[in-house]
Formats: sequence, structure tokens, C-alpha cells
Amino acid sequence: MNVDVLNRSGVRPAASVRAAIADCDIHPRITGTKVLEPWLSRQWREHLETFGMTHRQPFEKGAAYPKSQPLASRRDAWPPGGAPGSDLGFMAHQHLDPNNVALGILNPLTPSGQGAMNPDLSAAVTHAVNEWQVAHWTSRDARLKASVVVPYEDGEASAREIELRAGDPNFAQVLLLTRTAEPLGQRRYWPIYEAAAAAGLPVGIHAFGFGGWAISAAGWPSHYIEEAVGHAQCCQSVLTSLVLEGVFERFPTLKIVLVEAGFAWAPPLAWRLDRNWARLKQEVPRAARKPSEYIRSQVWFTSQPMEEPEPRTNLLDTIEWMGWDRLLFATDYPHWDFDDPATALPLKLTEDQRAAIFRENARAVYGL
Amino acid sequence: MPDAGPIDCDVHPFVPSLKALHPYLDRFWRDTFIRRGLEELNSTSYPTVNPLTARADWREAGGKPPSTPARLAANVLDPMGTRLAICNCLYGVQLLYNEDMAIALTRALNDWIAREWLDADPRLRASIVVAPQNPHAAAEEIDRCAADPRFVQVLMLVSGEAPLGKRQHWPIFEAAQRNNLALGIHAGSAYRHPVTAVGWPTTFTEDYVNQAQAFQSGLTSLLAEGVFTKFPDLTVVLIESGVTWLPAHAQRLTKTWKGVRPDIPWVVQAPDEIMRARVRLTVQPFDGPPDARGLERILDHLGSDEILLFATDYPHWQFDGLEALPPGIPDGLRRKMMVDNPLRTYVRLKQTLGETVA
Repeated sequence: MNVDVLNRSGVRPAASVRAAIADCDIHPRITGTKVLEPWLSRQWREHLETFGMTHRQPFEKGAAYPKSQPLASRRDAWPPGGAPGSDLGFMAHQHLDPNNVALGILNPLTPSGQGAMNPDLSAAVTHAVNEWQVAHWTSRDARLKASVVVPYEDGEASAREIELRAGDPNFAQVLLLTRTAEPLGQRRYWPIYEAAAAAGLPVGIHAFGFGGWAISAAGWPSHYIEEAVGHAQCCQSVLTSLVLEGVFERFPTLKIVLVEAGFAWAPPLAWRLDRNWARLKQEVPRAARKPSEYIRSQVWFTSQPMEEPEPRTNLLDTIEWMGWDRLLFATDYPHWDFDDPATALPLKLTEDQRAAIFRENARAVYGL
Repeated sequence: MPDAGPIDCDVHPFVPSLKALHPYLDRFWRDTFIRRGLEELNSTSYPTVNPLTARADWREAGGKPPSTPARLAANVLDPMGTRLAICNCLYGVQLLYNEDMAIALTRALNDWIAREWLDADPRLRASIVVAPQNPHAAAEEIDRCAADPRFVQVLMLVSGEAPLGKRQHWPIFEAAQRNNLALGIHAGSAYRHPVTAVGWPTTFTEDYVNQAQAFQSGLTSLLAEGVFTKFPDLTVVLIESGVTWLPAHAQRLTKTWKGVRPDIPWVVQAPDEIMRARVRLTVQPFDGPPDARGLERILDHLGSDEILLFATDYPHWQFDGLEALPPGIPDGLRRKMMVDNPLRTYVRLKQTLGETVA
């Protein structure tokens, strides 16, 4: 998977013979805050020019742990003269058309304003990013749906942004990142869930972010691989918090989609939660029901990066434990660990199972 | 040894109060603790009143966790026919910021374990508790205690000041390896960092559930830093970690390693293979699925019948009655977990059993 030149076009079947898929994790690249200027007030344009935008991490630019590839992207995903994910035409030609993507969920990452240290700047930039997604992406390609990026450390401001997008068919979900200042079940974030549930928008929670905490409970590890693998632990902690703090109980129509953190960890986590809840539920009365019941009914998982057991059929047990209606296919285009829909799920599935994972589950979650 | 009883790889001697350690402290530290009014060092990871910390029917009159070898014998060793039990003492020595204080207390704690527990019941073995705040002093403590063959393991918490595999900890691993001691990693935190990677939780329940994620990160760190490569004879035992998270974690680590191998070039074998060969887990808690078929499948996912070690986690409340294993474990695996796997993992056990172990 980690090769310098990957010319996939030669080995690809024609789109017409491939079933339509939903891709629940596509990253359109914001090439810099300059592109957001049409939707930023003069105050914030000047602020960005004078002070920039900083996050709770060491380096001004780039990740705390240097990625394994430039911009963590496929070597073949660079459009002429541009950055991966920045050009709709190139993306359509390389990914949407040949893979017959009928529904693509856009999840813009840095510099989206999410997790910016300055909360007011975070609110201004995330708002602009939402306008940018409509102007540059969803209004130009009906297959694509945007995510409402919100300044999640400020619950009230986030709720206002969600209310602004409620009912707008350009948007399919609200987007949060996993690494926040506090575990996402805590009450400062509840206005987000309340607004999302009211708007009928699922809340996608994507790996990464800028909470300022080490990515392990024992502190900062040394290597990129530890961070990359660590996102699965972060996501487990997020789900644990949502369950035990009572978010699902309080917002019974809320749908949570966990994005880019894998999924094979979910059944063992549910077993562990159930077991401890049975013993200690007096301490967590806001989780009124067995944790696995909330997870089974209100949580979905995108598939990439998919765990690859030996033998691969073990994955069938995992999906059985999760429920066949829980898994949403995603490629993570244009990132280096892209899962190719032609090869990513090498299992004998029934037509219905394949359709569910590659398309129908997404349609059901997003109501599209 | 066909009829031998089980080897219990995780029981916890409870330190009734700091006063119990006074006889094992030198005069300076004994006076210091008295003068400063320090009476106990129990960790937030196991609040003494919490139901999980001690099973209700095992608590002493007055409610304290059971704190004598006689109670351990009466509660589990005798009724289960236990052949050997490994004492993992959880006391807040790793939590202290003053490393001199931590070193002094660690020495006292290990001596207390030897005199008050190992001497009291011939079935008992123990882990050497170390203060990783000062790895060189920890290594000296390992060498000191290892003269007593009843110590079979070095004990660390999964969450300390820095990720487990970091090179600063290597003197500890080197000392463990040279003394044929396993490296035991136990649930619990020194609280230098939140127990989640996304900040501080609000409940004990959340803290405890998140220990499994801490173990995942800890295992990643040991692997990524090259500990398994550098110390080829070291076996790592994850204690009270939960078990069923392991396959998914090993798969993700292996898949990511295939993608970014140059990040950790010293890891030349697939992580899941390394783990099967070098990592062992105690089986309480197991965190298994609710049904027999699910149990059968997840045991298959683990990919080895040699990695699980029988444990009661006494006196923590993981099960009721005397059946410590989840129902449905096949007989052959039960025997391996109870006898064969512990004897292979803890090579020093055979030294003290002499001729009786073939």
C-alpha cells in the first residue's frame, strides 16, 4: 500500500459495470485560509494575515508527527500544479467517476478552523469553510454532500452554525474531530448534539484534532505509527464518554458516525462497557440502558482503515457482532491509506450485504 | 503435573496502611512519614470503597479490602486448590513525584511482600514493584530482589510518566531480562496524563473502561520503540488489561506497520506475530461476548492457545463464586491457561518447584 507510483487507472474496470457506492470519507483540501476570504469579515481576514491560526500542537505548520507521505496523500493524487483533494475535476476523474461514487461525504480537515486555539476565529473560519464547501464542491457536483464543520469547543456557537444549515440539502452531517479539549460526551458539547438532532443531521466524528492531550494515556509517544494507530484508542474513549455521560439517552434520535478510526475494536469495547456497566451503573445513571444497546442503535462506523485479520473471514464475525447495518464504506481519498472499493473488502458477501456496506447503510443514515 | 491445581497469575496483597511498611523503612523515611502525617498511598485507580476494588464477600469486617495472606488462602487459594499465586502489589509508589521517596517505599514494599506474604504461605510468588521515576534505581531494585527466587516478575503500571517502550525505561527491561523475570504491566495510572487521549473522564467507570485503551497504546509503544527486538528473551504480561481488544489492535498495528515500516525500521517481523510470541494476558477481566458461540469465535481470533494466563484478580470484583473463568472455555485451553502457559511465561517458577515439575 505504500508505494511511490500507483497507477490504478490501467487495472480498473469501467465504471458502468461497477455498482454505485457511497464513500463516507472524502477529504476536499482547503489549500489555505486565503481561499476562504470571500466568506470572512475584514476583521478575520486581517487577523489571519497578522496572526495566522494556531492550534494546541507544537508546530506552526504541519503535524506534530511528520506524516509518512507529503500531505499524508497518495503519490498519484496530486493534480497538476495543485495539492491532493483540491481540484474537483481531478478528483472526479481519478476517484468519483471510475469508482462510481454516487454519494460522497466531504470531511474538510485543517485548516478548517476546527480546534483552532482562538474560539472566535474558530467560529469565523468554520463558517467560511461551510460556505466554501457549497461554492466549490456541492453546488458543482450533486454526488457530493458537505459536512457542517463547527467550532466544537464552543457548544453554543456550534449550535448556531448547525441551525444555519438545518434543512439545507448541501449538508449531510455535522463534523467533529475526536481529539477535543474534553471527552466528547461531556456537557459543554451537548448543544451540538441537541442542534444536530433537531436538524436531523447525523454527527460524524473524524479521527484527529487538537485537544492538546497526549495521544496515549502514558504521554507522548515517539513515532508517527503510534499516533496513526492511536486514533483507534481515541475513538474508543470518545464512544465510551458518549455512552457513559448519557448523550444517547438524552438525545435518542441522535446518530453518531465514527469516521476513520477502524471498527473491529467496537464489539470488544461494547462487551467491556456492558460488563462494567452491569457492576457500576449506580455511578453512571445517565446511561440508563446497557451500553451495547445504544451502540447498536445510534452509532455507525466508516470502514477505512479497515482491520485485516488472518484469516480474513474473521471480519465476518466482527460485522455480525456490530450488525450489518452499521458499517459505511469509506475510502479516505486522497490519503495514502486509501481503501480501494475494488479490493478493500475481500470477503464473500451476499448481494444484500455488499449493497448495505457499500451504499444502502449510508443512504439510511444520511437520509439520502 | 497432571493433577496440579491452577497457577493464579494475578492476586493483590492490599497494604492495610503505610504503618505496615514502617518496619521495612530506614529511620529517615520512617520519621519523615510520621512527621509529615502520611498514612496511606492508595491510588485513584482503585478507590478502596469502590465495589470493583474488593468483592463484597471478600472484604474484612469493617469493609476494608482483605489484607492478609490468611484471608487470601481462605478466600481463593484453598477453595480453588491453587498451586501457586503471583502477588502483584498495587500501592502508590509509582505515583509519587519525589523519586527518592518512591525508591525508599519501593524497597520497603518489596521487603514487606517477601516477609509478610511469601514467607507466610509457600504457594505465593510475587512481582518486584519498581518506581520507574528513576529507571536506574529501579534496575538496582530488580537486581536486589531477584536474589530471592520467589520473585518471578517486574511490575509496572500501564500509564506512567512516559509511554512504556520509551528508551528511558530500558534499564528496567534489561534488568528484568538478565534476571529471567517477566515484565508485568498492570492496569492503573500515575495520573501524569489523563487516562484517555481526549482528556479527563468524569467517573471511575470511565477511567476503568479506558484502561483497555491505555494497554493498547502501551503495547504499541513497546513494539514501536523496539523493546521486543532489543530484549529477545523478555516476555511481557498484560495484567488486568481485558483480553478481547487484542485481535483488533494487533490487526491495526500490523496493517499500519506494513504501510509505514520505515518509521520503525528495527521492527522486522509483523507486529501480530511478535505479540503472539512475546505477549501474554491474564484472563480477568476477559471482556468476552455474552454467548458461547461468540466466545468460541473470539478465542479463535486470538490465534493462539498459549497467550492466556489464568488469574482471579483477587480481591477485585471480576466474578462471583469460585469459577473465575468465563463459562465455555474448552478443557484443553483451561489446562493450558492454568498450568502450562504460566510455567512457560514465568520461567523462575520452576526453580522454586524443584523436582515436582517435570
